[in-house]
Amino acid sequence: MNKGVAITGMGIISSIGATVEENFNALVNGRPGITVIDNIDTIHKNNIKVGEIKKTNNQLAQELNLPADNNFSRTAMLATIAAKQAVKNAGITDINEYNTGLISATTVGGMDMTETYFYDYMERPDNRRYIESHDAGDNTHKIANELGLKGMVTTISTACSSAANAIMLGARLIKSGKLDRVIVGGADALSKFTINGFKTLMILSDTYNTPFDNNRKGLNLGEAAAFIVLESDEVVKKQNKKVLAYLSGYGNANDAYHQTASSENGDGAFLAMEKAFKISGLQPSDVDYINAHGTATPNNDLSEGRALIRAFGSNMPDFSSTKPFTGHTLAAAAAIEAVYSILALQNGVVYPNLNFETPMEEFNIIPQTVLKEKEINHVLSNSFGFGGNCSTLLFSKS
Amino acid sequence: MEALKQELKEKIINVLNLEDIAVEDVNDNDALFGDGLGLDSIDALELIVMLDKDYGIKLADPKEGKAIFQSIETMAKYISENRTK
Amino acid sequence: MKKCYINGTACVSSQKTINTAFLQDIIVNHGDNILELALPDYKEVIPPAAARRMAKGVKNGIVASHWAMKEAGTQNPGAIITGTGMGCSVDSEKFLKALIDNKEEFLTPTSFIQSTHNTVGGQIALGLQCKAYNFTYVNGAVSFESSLIDAIMQIEEGDAATVLVGGVEETAENTMNFLQLSGSIKDKAQSPYSVLESYTTGAVFSEGATFFVLEDEQKDTTYAELKDVAIYNVLKQDEVQAKLEAFLANNKLTVNDIDAIVLGCNGDTRYDGYYTALANGIFSATPQAYYKHLSGEFNTASAFGLWVASHIVKLQEIPQVIKVNSIEGKSYKNVLLYNQYRGVDHSFTLISQC
Repeated sequence: MNKGVAITGMGIISSIGATVEENFNALVNGRPGITVIDNIDTIHKNNIKVGEIKKTNNQLAQELNLPADNNFSRTAMLATIAAKQAVKNAGITDINEYNTGLISATTVGGMDMTETYFYDYMERPDNRRYIESHDAGDNTHKIANELGLKGMVTTISTACSSAANAIMLGARLIKSGKLDRVIVGGADALSKFTINGFKTLMILSDTYNTPFDNNRKGLNLGEAAAFIVLESDEVVKKQNKKVLAYLSGYGNANDAYHQTASSENGDGAFLAMEKAFKISGLQPSDVDYINAHGTATPNNDLSEGRALIRAFGSNMPDFSSTKPFTGHTLAAAAAIEAVYSILALQNGVVYPNLNFETPMEEFNIIPQTVLKEKEINHVLSNSFGFGGNCSTLLFSKS
Repeated sequence: MEALKQELKEKIINVLNLEDIAVEDVNDNDALFGDGLGLDSIDALELIVMLDKDYGIKLADPKEGKAIFQSIETMAKYISENRTK
Repeated sequence: MKKCYINGTACVSSQKTINTAFLQDIIVNHGDNILELALPDYKEVIPPAAARRMAKGVKNGIVASHWAMKEAGTQNPGAIITGTGMGCSVDSEKFLKALIDNKEEFLTPTSFIQSTHNTVGGQIALGLQCKAYNFTYVNGAVSFESSLIDAIMQIEEGDAATVLVGGVEETAENTMNFLQLSGSIKDKAQSPYSVLESYTTGAVFSEGATFFVLEDEQKDTTYAELKDVAIYNVLKQDEVQAKLEAFLANNKLTVNDIDAIVLGCNGDTRYDGYYTALANGIFSATPQAYYKHLSGEFNTASAFGLWVASHIVKLQEIPQVIKVNSIEGKSYKNVLLYNQYRGVDHSFTLISQC
């Protein structure tokens, strides 16, 4: 078994905290961040709950010391805050000292600005500077520029598995020697576009999301950004770096079943988990905690539940979804859940799957409903997105 | 009821972009989903919006659609009983 | 480490490039600032029941990938990797407009689903029932090159024996209007347009889908070996040469080993200096080719560039219509592509004759 790729830094901002420490405290003290939406004026305001970061765009811009005429989308601002944290946490002072890359992930990109100024662009020149910040790539460029990073920079967008795929790609680039270190993660801000998009699919809940519960009604959208720093063993050694955890396994597979729904037997999910085990050399019995995708949609939890049973059989490890805390943060989900997985390894905790009441009829597994302390050596994290995109990451104690 | 059925056939072809199908090809009792016309769950969501927009019927649970959308016949019956527009 | 071969390719573009001989039916359009797609025969490849709700980027991607796989004689790739700068913009706009115009009421899911960036890769997989690795890269003008880097790694490391990789882009009404406002697209009033002899800023835009089948084995259909790809977020004009030479050195080559350079110049006077610096400098004695006067500019136009370069190697010829200079090569063994867009997203791609 190879130990994997070293993780040396992490940064996060979500509805449950603006730092790693704040997020962890919220998780272990059962303080979710699901509320009524404040920052966006939508007719669905009273029919949905969201995991919103209670800071306005002006506040975020101030935190980043951006000039008044900046053209950062909310996504780009959240991403930059988290990326800077991660770089600092990794003790990086000269970002270009080694061959360093940035792989980000987003689905919203600058859509939050485009939806605000869509008709305005044609009428007045005042806000046209946001036109070029619409696309995903520009958002990632902004992060790189704020970090002073020059080199390989790219973005992945595969819906809700995006950040897992960014992390996976980063690991492969390190292993192949193409990069010495890489900052990987994802970000998505709330937007009218996604709120309405998910509404049309009728998978939003009007109350607090309840993953793996028989009476689950759907998901709560959230916004967040998180990044982790991966470094090669050589660079870790040279700098005598502290390793937070290892990314020991990863896998991506496609369900090829439907554009938005998952297959009944969770084929894509199962295949992704299988691949992750293969890469890591670990067995299902080595896993101490599963951070599930668990969005609380009728479809996902059934499909994922079945896939977990196929993968783990009768020896289901403790599992929970942290989406009752943060909401479903789309392209950021796998990144914030990576941070949570690393914290679980470091602190020996299984987070509670909040709001759970009634076991699902279809099978016997139930999530961990209260905080549990135990030794955790390996954590499996799932993220499944539209387009049948299924990704699994395996994290191991350093 | 006949006029409504005709109207529904036209709407379905239009809303769901069924280019190769004519109104005459759709029989009142043909299965719309699965084997018949071959519509799927995304089409069901589109039809739910159509019920709301054109007939003022709001479905809270997408699963309700399964029974309603079985055929033109069942759709017409449900709409004539529940329409508010 | 396994080698990576381009064994099939197909291109849907503003030229008639599906199932025609290389550059056989070319029209150089000097008059339009947005070039229209030459529509392929969709019905030949996609059943109407499936096509009815597909975004045009999805349809074009499916057609291009179909013909690329047919040429390579493969059916089930071990990975599907797609690059797109803006995704399916038409459906994005449709949903956004409906959202704003209807004040968030009576919205339907189809255009939302079609607007997700990975819908092209997802629907190609759905059509092929392919459960393999499936990634989508969305990073401006290196979206396609990012896909290539991933694809090469898959092949080199034996993770996949066959990789389907491509670049897709759509023109959409509002997006094109916005890009004209922001100066990315040439002013309508400034035609006729020329790429090589341009006096204006902005570029002529278009759309398209170009796919490749990469495999770990050489075949009769092999165009070239895909040797290496590198991307850089920012480079100043005077930094490009050093990076280029380092890239070649990494592949045990020097500038003198390059038999042709394919440049992504697009007629935007603000940024084409990147290309003229190389063309008048280290490559002044090298056969030079360009292609955006045929394909138009868009984030994944460089896939069209690779399609062109692959043909140069296979046919051992640079057709007149894409020549920048009149230098003839004795042979075209090593061909290098260089692209950038508005001073960022630089890429080098190296292919070689087998």
